[in-house]
Amino acid sequence: MHKKVFQLLVDNTSGVLSRISGLFSRRGYNIESITAGTTADPRFTRITIVASGDDLILEQIEKQVRKLVDVRSIKELEPENSVYRELLLIKVETTAEQRAGVISVADIFRAKIIDVSPDSLIIELTGNQAKIDAFIGLLDGYTILELARTGIAGLTRGADDVVWFE
Amino acid sequence: MIGADAIIKCLEEEGVKAVFGYPGVAICPFYNSILHSDIESILVRTEQNAGHAASGYARVTGEVGVCAVTSGPGATNLITGIATAFADSIPMVAITGQVNSSLLGSDVFQEADITGAVESFVKYSYLIKDVQDIPRVFKEAFYIANSGRKGPVLIDVPIDVQNAPLKHFKYPEEVNLRTYKPTVKGHAVQIKKVIKELENAKRPIICAGGGVLLSDAQEELRTFAEKYHIPVVSTMMGIGVMPSRHPMYFGMVGNNGKPYANRAMNESDMLIMVGARVADRAIAQPDLITENKLLVHIDVDPAEIGKNCGPHIPLVGDAKHIFEDILNQEFSCEHPEWIARLQEYRDSMAPKRNPDPKYVDPAKFIEILSEKMEDDAIYVADVGQNQIWSCGYVNVRKGRFLTTGGMGTMGYSIPAAMGAKRALGKDRQVVAVCGDGSFQMSMMEFATIRQHNIPIKVIVLKNTVLGMVREYQHYTYHDQYSVIDLSGSPDLEKLAMAYDIPFTRVFNMENVEQKIENFLKEDGTGLMECIIDPSDLVK
Repeated sequence: MHKKVFQLLVDNTSGVLSRISGLFSRRGYNIESITAGTTADPRFTRITIVASGDDLILEQIEKQVRKLVDVRSIKELEPENSVYRELLLIKVETTAEQRAGVISVADIFRAKIIDVSPDSLIIELTGNQAKIDAFIGLLDGYTILELARTGIAGLTRGADDVVWFE
Repeated sequence: MIGADAIIKCLEEEGVKAVFGYPGVAICPFYNSILHSDIESILVRTEQNAGHAASGYARVTGEVGVCAVTSGPGATNLITGIATAFADSIPMVAITGQVNSSLLGSDVFQEADITGAVESFVKYSYLIKDVQDIPRVFKEAFYIANSGRKGPVLIDVPIDVQNAPLKHFKYPEEVNLRTYKPTVKGHAVQIKKVIKELENAKRPIICAGGGVLLSDAQEELRTFAEKYHIPVVSTMMGIGVMPSRHPMYFGMVGNNGKPYANRAMNESDMLIMVGARVADRAIAQPDLITENKLLVHIDVDPAEIGKNCGPHIPLVGDAKHIFEDILNQEFSCEHPEWIARLQEYRDSMAPKRNPDPKYVDPAKFIEILSEKMEDDAIYVADVGQNQIWSCGYVNVRKGRFLTTGGMGTMGYSIPAAMGAKRALGKDRQVVAVCGDGSFQMSMMEFATIRQHNIPIKVIVLKNTVLGMVREYQHYTYHDQYSVIDLSGSPDLEKLAMAYDIPFTRVFNMENVEQKIENFLKEDGTGLMECIIDPSDLVK
C-alpha cells in the first residue's frame, strides 16, 4: 500500500464533487482526505485527494478520474516537488493549572490559541501531516474534547507545470 | 418557442429520426412539441425497452440512439436500459422529464433524483435549470455520447424549463468542452513499436472486441488480417468483426467460446487486443496472459489499458485510425505454419454435441437459420443459453450480430431488434432470437411492433426453464434446481393470435430448413417457437 497525493483541476459544475467521490466509492478506492475550493478563476475548482492503494490501483485512480468529463487535469503531487499543508483545529480541556503547559507546547509548534474559556482552549495549527500528527501526539496527556482536520491542500513547487486557463 | 420546442430542434439538428419512449406529465411539453416535427415517436410498453430500442438503433446506424421518458418511475424504469448501454459502450442520449425545478428536492409526486441514480452508469449527465442552456447541453451530450469510448448521456429537464420561453435558438456549431478531449489518433512511436514486433512475431493473433464495431473498423481489420496474415479471434461483443466463415477468423474466445479460439490465443507469441476490455468472461486469468507472449492493447479508453493486465505496448486511440496508420506503413509478414496449425485446431477441436433427436437442436438450428437469413441481416441474440448457442453457431456475413455482452440484460433482443429495424427500414431483415425466459421479459413489445409497423422476426427457443441458471445449478449445486421452472408461461400460439402475428411451432429438426425458409420469407412480423431439450447444456 502506498499513499499518493493527487491534485485535480475540475470544472466547477454542480455535482462535480459527488461525481468524483462517487467514482472512488463505487470502484472501492480509498480516500484518506479530500479538500476542494474554487481557484482564482471561479469556473474551476481545485481538489486535493490523498489516496492509498497498490501501484495498480493508484494508476487506475489517475486514469479513471481523468476520464470524468468534468476533470480538466489530474497530476500527482510528488513529495519532493510539492508543498502540502493541512489545518488543524483542536479543543483541549484545560484547568487553570494545565493551561500554561498546553500553551507552551503550542508555542513550540508555532500554533495559535484562537479561543480560551475557563476550562478549554482551541488551538489552530497549520503544517504538513507529520507535524500535525506530532502535535496531536504531544497532547496525549490532556483530554481532547474536539478535533477537526481539513485534510491537505497542496501545490507543486515552481511555475513549470502550471495548468493555464484559456 | 419554448424549451420543449428547442429540444426537438436540437434532435432535428442532430439528425434524429426516431425517439423511443413513454410519456407522463413531466415530459408532456416535449411530447407536445414532437407533434410538429418529422421525428417519429415510438411508444414502447415499458421504459426499459426504450433504452434497449435506442441501443439497437444506435448500433446499426453508428448514430446516437434517443429515448425520452417521464420523471420518477419512468426515469427509474429506464435505468436498466441506460446501464446496459453503458456496459456495452453504446452511444445514447436519454431525456427524462423532471418535476418543476422549484420543487426539486422536496419529494413531490413522481420525483426521483435520476441524475444521482444513474451516476455510475452514464458517461455524463445534465440537470437543466435554465432554458438558455438547452442548445449547448444537447450539442455536448450528443458529442460526448458518440466520441471517445461511447456511452449513454442523460439529460434531466424539469417541466418548467420545458415550458419556459426561449427567444433565440441557435444550435452551436462546435462543442467547447474544456475538460473532455478524447484521443483518437494513435501515438506514432507506439505504432512503430507494434510494427517492429509484428515483423518479429512468429505466432501473432488479434483479439477484436466491440470497440472495432463501434469505430466501424471491420473493413480495416479484415484488410489488416489479410495483408499481414494475422489470424483473428473475437470477444462476444466483437462477433461480426469478420465474417464467421472467413479463413482468418477463429471464433469467439472466453469461458463460453470455442476451445480452438482459446487455444489459438494461448499459443500465440504476440496478442493484439483491440477494442476489448480483457474482461472476466473473455479472459479468465488476465494476469497470466502476458506470461508467454507480448501483449499490445489498443483501446480508445486509456483507463481500460492496464486495468486487467499490463500490456507491453499500450496504444490509445480509435481502432479505425490505428489500423489505417499501420496499413500505411511499408512492411510485410507471413506466418503460414501458424495459420496451418490454427486451421488444424479449428477442424479437430470443434465441440461435439450429442443432441436428442426428439427436440430442436439449438446449435444446428441457429446455424441453419443464420445461413438462410439474408447476407446483410441483423441477428439480435438475447441472454441465457440462447445467447451462447447464438454466439457459437451464428454465421455472420455482411450483417451484424447484436447482443449485450457487457451487462447481459435479459429481454434485450426484441426491443433492440425493434430499434435496429426502425433505423434500417423495410429492406433489411432483423431477427431476434431469445429463450422463453428472456422472451417473457419483453414480449409486451409485440404491441409496439404492431402499432408502429416494425416487422421483425422473433424466435423463441423454448425449454420451459431458465436454462443458463439450470446449467449453473447442474454443475455447482449437483442438480438441486431452484426457481428455474417456467411452467405457467403462456401458450405462444395463443399469444401470437392475440397480437395478430403469424405463428410457427417447430418440434424437431425434421424439415427444419423448409420451415425456416417459409418463416423468413413471409412479410411482416412473425413468431417461431422451437421446442428444445430442457436438459441441454451449452458446454
